[in-house]
Amino acid sequence: MTGAAILADLGERFGGAIVETHEAHGDHTVVVNRDALEALLRHCRDAPALAFDMLTDLTAVDYLKYPGREDGPRFEVVYHLYSLRHHHRLRVKVRVEEDDALVPTAVPLWPIANWLEREVWDMFGVRFDGHPDLRRLLLYEEFVGHPLRKDYPVNRRQPLIGPQI
Amino acid sequence: MGLGGFFTSKLDTAIGWARKYSIFQYPFVTACCGMEYMATACSHYDIDRFGAGLPRFSPRQADVLFVVGTISHKMAPVLKRVYDQMTEPKWVVAFGVCTCTGGFYDNYATVQGIDTIIPVDVYIPGCPPRPESVIDGLMKLQDKIATGAQRF
Repeated sequence: MTGAAILADLGERFGGAIVETHEAHGDHTVVVNRDALEALLRHCRDAPALAFDMLTDLTAVDYLKYPGREDGPRFEVVYHLYSLRHHHRLRVKVRVEEDDALVPTAVPLWPIANWLEREVWDMFGVRFDGHPDLRRLLLYEEFVGHPLRKDYPVNRRQPLIGPQI
Repeated sequence: MGLGGFFTSKLDTAIGWARKYSIFQYPFVTACCGMEYMATACSHYDIDRFGAGLPRFSPRQADVLFVVGTISHKMAPVLKRVYDQMTEPKWVVAFGVCTCTGGFYDNYATVQGIDTIIPVDVYIPGCPPRPESVIDGLMKLQDKIATGAQRF
């Protein structure tokens, strides 16, 4: 399936829940409402024509001071999907506000999402509803804050490891 | 000074002289400085001339802890534990700017100088330090060992 056909198929099925779609350099992206995310991901994995059986990456973006995005939802969680059967790709994004940074988990769909979601929680502070074990992955339990947030001071010292400034 | 004072001060000198030529180092190598450490330790620069040619890969058999490379927050407890496992007398050399001050890694993950965790005797700056600087630092450490200026 071509990227445009994938977007058309998703638009037909999830029309109302899709915020926007776009295509850049041959990569196709669909931005979806959080309520429909789980169903859309499940459809992407299970529909024979799509068969996105591989979650290549799951990450997040902080748009705190991004030009033109100052007022919109702060975080975007990004899913990169790949189909080993059809050799096509899709990028799925979901936008969440800072005070409601909660996204349904993708662990039942792709087990690799377990660690990827833990990394996103660790670095951005976005929580995943239904995750079996949402602990920090790269940093340690005593770490205060989420360092890849744009408002995390670059030279902040952590309480466990000084010196305090 | 009585005879006893004379005798112990001379004994300290003798022990210091012996210790400075039998440095058993523990190389705690975590990053790119390790290459420069290896260059220094190998035959071209030959730190065996200073009696420091034999690294021990057990902290219990080592006298000098060479901390070579960036120490991250998650590595910090390991470094502290290795230091604690070393028997006294012991000395610590901070090798490279990352161990001295954190270097340019002024970020959320890097320890800003290992002297925030363990005491350091000799700082060797450089990114990485040239072997000449390392040998200079080693000789300064030898002076420190010989004069007994270390604290236990």
